[in-house]
Amino acid sequence: MKILVCISKSPDTTAKIAFTDNNTKFAAAGVQWIINPYDEWYALVKAIEIKEKDTSAVIHLVTVGPADVEPIIRKALALGGDEAIRVNADSQDSFYVAAQIAEIARQGGYDLIFTGKETIDYNGSSVGGMIAEMLNMPFVGLANHFELNGNTSTITREIEGGEEKVEVDLPVVVSCQQGMAEARIPNMRGIMAARTKPLKVVEPAAADSLTEIVQFELPPAKEGVKLIPADNPAELIRLLHEEAKVI
Amino acid sequence: MSVLIYIDQSEGHIKKAALEALSYGSQLAKQTGTTAEGIVIGTVKDDLGSLGQYGITQVHQVANPQLDHLDAQVFTGILAQAVQLTGATIIIFPGNADGKTIAPRLSVRLKAALVSGAVGLPDTTNGFIVKKSVFSGKAFARVSLKTDIKIITLNPNAFPAVVSATDAKAAVVPFNATLDATKVKSLSVNKVKGDIPLSEAEIVVSGGRGLKGPENWGMVEELAKLLGGATACSRPVSDSDWRPHHEHVGQTGLAIAPNLYIAIGISGAIQHLAGVNRSKTIVVINKDPEAPFFKAADYGIVGDAFEVVPQLIEEVKKLKGVA
Ligand SMILES: Cc1cc2nc3c(=O)[nH]c(=O)nc-3n(C[C@H](O)[C@H](O)[C@H](O)COP(=O)(O)OP(=O)(O)OC[C@H]3O[C@@H](n4cnc5c(N)ncnc54)[C@H](O)[C@@H]3O)c2cc1C
Ligand SMILES: Nc1ncnc2c1ncn2[C@@H]1O[C@H](COP(=O)(O)O)[C@@H](O)[C@H]1O
Repeated sequence: MKILVCISKSPDTTAKIAFTDNNTKFAAAGVQWIINPYDEWYALVKAIEIKEKDTSAVIHLVTVGPADVEPIIRKALALGGDEAIRVNADSQDSFYVAAQIAEIARQGGYDLIFTGKETIDYNGSSVGGMIAEMLNMPFVGLANHFELNGNTSTITREIEGGEEKVEVDLPVVVSCQQGMAEARIPNMRGIMAARTKPLKVVEPAAADSLTEIVQFELPPAKEGVKLIPADNPAELIRLLHEEAKVI
Repeated sequence: MSVLIYIDQSEGHIKKAALEALSYGSQLAKQTGTTAEGIVIGTVKDDLGSLGQYGITQVHQVANPQLDHLDAQVFTGILAQAVQLTGATIIIFPGNADGKTIAPRLSVRLKAALVSGAVGLPDTTNGFIVKKSVFSGKAFARVSLKTDIKIITLNPNAFPAVVSATDAKAAVVPFNATLDATKVKSLSVNKVKGDIPLSEAEIVVSGGRGLKGPENWGMVEELAKLLGGATACSRPVSDSDWRPHHEHVGQTGLAIAPNLYIAIGISGAIQHLAGVNRSKTIVVINKDPEAPFFKAADYGIVGDAFEVVPQLIEEVKKLKGVA
């Protein structure tokens, strides 16, 4: 069983969102970077759970990004990956990133490819489906439960107003979200072990990018809260009905 | 050159997300001087002709019961054939799970630029630029789509479903597509029965750790029910299994944008706000006047939820004329 987990970096969830260079770049100065939570909590931990049941399983991590993503990938190794591959390129757009990961996957021959549901900065929710199409593999998006039975997986995925349980033979690409696994923290042994785990750097394959961010903008600020005394809930209901017109 | 809209159906019914996509697509068609058509896959119980109200001229239907469940690979094959048939250069998907599953595959199949989470119509004055939500609702990006064929997935609730011509009928035309082999087999579907799904709800009543335990959710459910809304919760609440995972909203949960979001006993951590800050009106009930949520709220009550919420329920009953 060979599992590939796609790891991206994202700004710490409490980071202040601001832009520079005439609103064309994210203001990264002073920002803490973390593993994209969906990749860490759901995709990677699920892979680790599979490996705990089947000790012959191997977990490879892949990330597309410049050298500054290495602390992130080391942390992912500390949680439980066996080895990591970094494609040395800026992640230009979803299509470009997917093309890089698909190339790594072709060489590695994986049974399972896990991605997060989305990156919490770009919110594309696209890379997983794109990889699957590039590799001609089935894709199950927004999965919240995954079980393996030999060569067959049973996956629960989100649908409009509920869930659907599906069965898919491996290999398969799955994008992971809440419910999939319980978040973990790396322990000392893992952190020590991660230092010596292989981290291979490869140059990018030739690929196009199909989109480009031309500018960022921030939403307008809220006007300020209107406080209603706790002993007068009737006033709140009146305001919601007559002023905000939402009930 | 036309706009093709993927009409998402669930158990034979056309959902709100699909109507939003139809309205968006037909307005975009108007803006670019072309027509809008829809495609629906699987058997449908609702009247497809009446979708003409939303400004589309035709609905292509692949009415094959084998296609009642999604296999993104098979659906992508069908859509690629539909794009060829209609000559569509813009394809629109709803921003729900199915849209997010099919659109990326189609993007690769057609080598067409994809933007997901669109919050407005494209700017076509110079190129093709779509404003999308980024940083989990904390900012927007204007994204340029550089290929001839373009795919747009909408942000849920960002664009209202608008009836543009009350009696207009769309022509429903059967579409015979060649089908790829199915690899994803549906075993069962589990719908949240009776309730309004969180992603579709206009009103959401949400509870946090301030409610102390799962036994106290009765009042949250009652208020939601009276208002015709859905219930949600903060992450620690679903992590502690007080509430099911699908109710968890925020940066790592569901992002929602209802007309009214009522937060009870939730502190308003930035990760929570990321999933709810697109709500039109936010009401916060918290006993701590310093709770950060008040900064993001439109209306607030500083008070004990266990005293305030039962009174709110009584007031809503009065308003709705419920005994
Ligand atoms: C990477 C990351 C991702 C995260 N993603 C999410 C996410 O997606 N969604 C999410 O919700 N959180 C998320 N979190 C967690 C988030 O940081 C907060 O810890 C969480 O939102 C707090 O939940 P809470 O407001 O219910 O609880 P608390 O912060 O404990 O707040 C409880 C509130 O209830 C009030 N209260 C107490 N008693 C009463 C009473 N009787 N009446 C009225 N008010 C009362 C208190 O004043 C307090 O403000 C994430 C955290 C991290 C690090
Ligand atoms: N630069 C990257 N390197 C590795 N994996 C990535 C990268 N960008 C995105 N991914 C994976 O694809 C998922 C979806 O990303 P996105 O489509 O950008 O929302 C993420 O959760 C990651 O698992």
